[in-house]
Amino acid sequence: MNRPQAKLTAGIDWPIFGLYLALVFIGFLAIFAAEYREGDNIVQNLLSQNKNWARQVLWFGVSIVLATGIWLTDSKFFTATANLLYAFGILLLLLVLAIGTGVKGSNSWLELGGFRFQPAEFTKLCTNLALAKYLSSMETDFTKMRSRLIASAMVLAPCAIIILQDETGLALVYFAFFLVMFREGLPGIILVIAFSGIILVLSALLVDKYILFYIFTGITALVIYFSRREIRRKRSRLVLILSIWAFCSAFVMAVVPFVFTKVLKDYQVRRIEVMLGKENDPKATYNTRQSMIAIGSGGFWGKGYLKGTQTRFDFVPEQSTDFIFCTIGEDFGFMGSIIFIGLYVALLFRIIFIAERQRSTFSRVYAYGVASIIFFHLFINIAMTIGLAPVIGIPLPLVSYGGSSLMTFTMLIFIMLRLDADRQMVLR
Amino acid sequence: MSVYNQPRKRVIQLIFLGMVSLIVMRLFFLQVVETKYSKLADANAHLRKVIYPSRGIIYDRHGRAVLRNEALYDLMVTPANVKKIDTAYLCEILQIDMEEFRKRIARAINKEGRVRPSVFASLLPQDMYGKLQESMYMFQPGFELVLRPVRSYTYGVGASFLGYISEIPPSLLADSLGRWSAYQQGDYLGRTGLENTYESILMGQRGIQYLVKDNLNRPQGSLENGEFDTAAIAGKNLRLALDIELQVLGERMMQGKVGSIVAIDPKTGGILTMVSGPTFDPNLLSGSYRGQNFNKLYQDTTSPLYNRAIQAMYPPGSTFKPITGLIALDEGVITPSFGYPCHGGYAQCGRFIRCTHSNPGHAANMRTAMANSCNAYFMHLYRLSVDNAKWGGTMKGQAKWTEYLNAMGFGVRLGVDIPSEARGIVPDTSRMNYRYRGQWNSCSEVYVGMGQGLLGVTPLQLANAMCILANRGHYYLPHFVESIDGDNSDILKKYKEKHSVAHISDEAFSSVVLGMEDVVTHGTARGAQIEGVAVCGKTGTAENKARINGKIVQLKDHSLFVGFAPKDDPKIAIAVVVENAGFGSTYAVPIASILMEKYLTDTISAKRRPILQRMMETVTMSSEMRAKSKLDSLNKVNYSAAQGDDLLRKIIAN
Repeated sequence: MNRPQAKLTAGIDWPIFGLYLALVFIGFLAIFAAEYREGDNIVQNLLSQNKNWARQVLWFGVSIVLATGIWLTDSKFFTATANLLYAFGILLLLLVLAIGTGVKGSNSWLELGGFRFQPAEFTKLCTNLALAKYLSSMETDFTKMRSRLIASAMVLAPCAIIILQDETGLALVYFAFFLVMFREGLPGIILVIAFSGIILVLSALLVDKYILFYIFTGITALVIYFSRREIRRKRSRLVLILSIWAFCSAFVMAVVPFVFTKVLKDYQVRRIEVMLGKENDPKATYNTRQSMIAIGSGGFWGKGYLKGTQTRFDFVPEQSTDFIFCTIGEDFGFMGSIIFIGLYVALLFRIIFIAERQRSTFSRVYAYGVASIIFFHLFINIAMTIGLAPVIGIPLPLVSYGGSSLMTFTMLIFIMLRLDADRQMVLR
Repeated sequence: MSVYNQPRKRVIQLIFLGMVSLIVMRLFFLQVVETKYSKLADANAHLRKVIYPSRGIIYDRHGRAVLRNEALYDLMVTPANVKKIDTAYLCEILQIDMEEFRKRIARAINKEGRVRPSVFASLLPQDMYGKLQESMYMFQPGFELVLRPVRSYTYGVGASFLGYISEIPPSLLADSLGRWSAYQQGDYLGRTGLENTYESILMGQRGIQYLVKDNLNRPQGSLENGEFDTAAIAGKNLRLALDIELQVLGERMMQGKVGSIVAIDPKTGGILTMVSGPTFDPNLLSGSYRGQNFNKLYQDTTSPLYNRAIQAMYPPGSTFKPITGLIALDEGVITPSFGYPCHGGYAQCGRFIRCTHSNPGHAANMRTAMANSCNAYFMHLYRLSVDNAKWGGTMKGQAKWTEYLNAMGFGVRLGVDIPSEARGIVPDTSRMNYRYRGQWNSCSEVYVGMGQGLLGVTPLQLANAMCILANRGHYYLPHFVESIDGDNSDILKKYKEKHSVAHISDEAFSSVVLGMEDVVTHGTARGAQIEGVAVCGKTGTAENKARINGKIVQLKDHSLFVGFAPKDDPKIAIAVVVENAGFGSTYAVPIASILMEKYLTDTISAKRRPILQRMMETVTMSSEMRAKSKLDSLNKVNYSAAQGDDLLRKIIAN
């Protein structure tokens, strides 16, 4: 590569870079709004680093240094070290499991000279690189079952360790990689089955099991009736339909009640029930309720920046981290929220656009991985603040307060930008 | 290579868009469709705070504040901020032990939580406040002193009519008519006396301040810069007809006695003084120890909370004779020159009722009969009035006679501007029918002519009757409040109305009045003479009975005096009752006389000061009652620096 003569910024994708800066800046404004109280001395707070927004400024500085470092690194470095980084990431996760520090009930933090660091965030990057590396390697034929199983194992290994650290939210994010695998050829039927499974679980939780049993039986009878000709031609069809019916019924009648009474712990059952609106425990719903009040009270145009009473007076918990969207919803209303979410959608679509213009599978898989992770974070986080998902603590990418999160997403995006700048190269 | 599986890009884009639109739809519902959330947010963050105006001040006729507001302090605690303080020292100042300290902290946490202040010790006594103030820096920020205005009775007198305030009781808050809906738990409210009657005026108008609060209910500033706030309007001040010097003198003279004094300015109906003895320092019911003091007063054998001036019904005795005479003259059954041949008693009703005098001619006309207080004469007048052929029968005559009494304020509530006034008893036909089972005539209750029998009058009614005599036939409803600062409502209108009750000639009137003057110049009330002032009066020594352990027992006579002065330009009308003290002339006359002298000449002449001294020292209350009463020891504690004694010394030294 003879790039040194070229301009430093040559090849950078400006839309992505601009969206990145915009989101980080909005995040800073939102964290500031969540914490700022009339009469605060901004300069002093910044210097003494005693506020989240002030620390976020520092983390942004560190992130920019990291981004610059990545930008100046050769693309081949990432392909070359992908597996090494993955191994290192897994090692870190295991290390945390052994000596990790607890923050709010989870043991996913490492203390490093006064700074706390969450490897579970970092391993997303490692896994993404390793998955890209595996799927792009010459030996891999993703139409083979074996390759699919290996890829799934690569994704699920860190996920399993993170679940052991009690960070269910962060672990769930790894399922985002199945979207990437879908793009690379994983049969769509798997996604469809997964989706139907979710519907089945939800309905099993929400609807009385006997009613569901009748519904399943009715649907099965109708399907058999309408496909009677086909069944006459192929007997195995009937067997398939009946076994699906048997599986669904058994799941609803036996598996779900068993899991609820024997496997899950009480608080987990309660969380699920609260989320489904089955139980109205004021203590369990406080966070979601206050967050919905904050967002709902924003109205169409919002209350104006720094005018939100819910966020300003600490009614919403965790408002600079997991519930940061409340500040935006309350201060800027429906319009502000739509524009804000629009920025994310623009970012996601731009990343897909970038992914599709890559010549190398490695870069494409990597870019899809970035998009999937960001999408998963975005959806779960906002859905959680508006009562569509249970409260699982995952941050809003680039916006929520937190060094590990901001740095991880910065690295994810800037490695992608580096790869994109070198898209003429074929990387393996 | 990149075209491999390319259509799946669309699927992924669709998944992204689908999920995001799910969020947008939900946001649209939350933020645009549903409106309850903004209300919920307001309910979360807005705090409605009531601003209490300062309560109105009550002044006497010369503009001296007799009931005002004084600043006391509450010690507030914010449990979360209590750190590393010298608990033992704080307990020492507050005179509590560690156990109590812990209990109060626990109570504070229980009541308001850890981060909000709640009362640790309320309305600190002055000396405690002083000590705390000096060492407050040691206990901050967990403890703070907060100003709490309390009512202060400047001279420590007037308990019977000024009244007191207390926290609104739950029974009133639960009132189904919603009369107290403006009040909240913990609000103060006038419970008795003027504080009660003029509650709405004294209270002023509460202000409302909207604050914003955080998740722990801590106020964080005003809402929209106070755009929705309403300012508190201070309560209006009352100006009384009361003369505080008379009040102090009267209360001191009633020490150790049971009874009451009412003095009225006959020209306006304004009450100059109202004493119910024995009384207490009203400051006892304000400030730190209200609750326990109230219980002590409530249980005291002398019933100091009972306002005898308006609630006690006495047989008026001879003090009623001017009324009997007035009615007979107004009905026209006699003329002032009417005489009655009294030979030491009245025998026309089948029994002999004795008089003090038996010399012939002592009841030759109204004036002499009044001066000599001839029982027979006035009993006869009563019979003449009731049996007056004009009315057509004794029954109707009796009805007419009681109608006269009602018009003069007997047997009805006068409508004075303090609550709990008693009606009194008059011998109306229904009462007579009840007592005599329908069979009665003018002889049945002939004693009422001389103020005994089926009669019960309050000292206020007696004083009011004196106003009628002083004014020669009319009166104004007795009242305390003469004017209200800055008030143009017609709340005081009924006290400015003239009530005419007698329509007889001045000549006829003067026969009664001259008789009363004679009582003072050479009759039983010689002690009431004031140099250079023509005083009219009438003593009374009223027989009274009480039911003790089921038996009706004749008790020692009540000592009464009624009167007014000066005769031709009356400025004060007075009624004094000293229960079970004997002759009217021994106690009631000197007490009334001292007050009239003080009011009319603004001084007490040197030669009469010994009388004042004697009145202040003598005790007529039964020793049994006095021994059981804790009133003296209660009154000895000078809670606020009440200036009553200073005023008294000044009056005497003057």
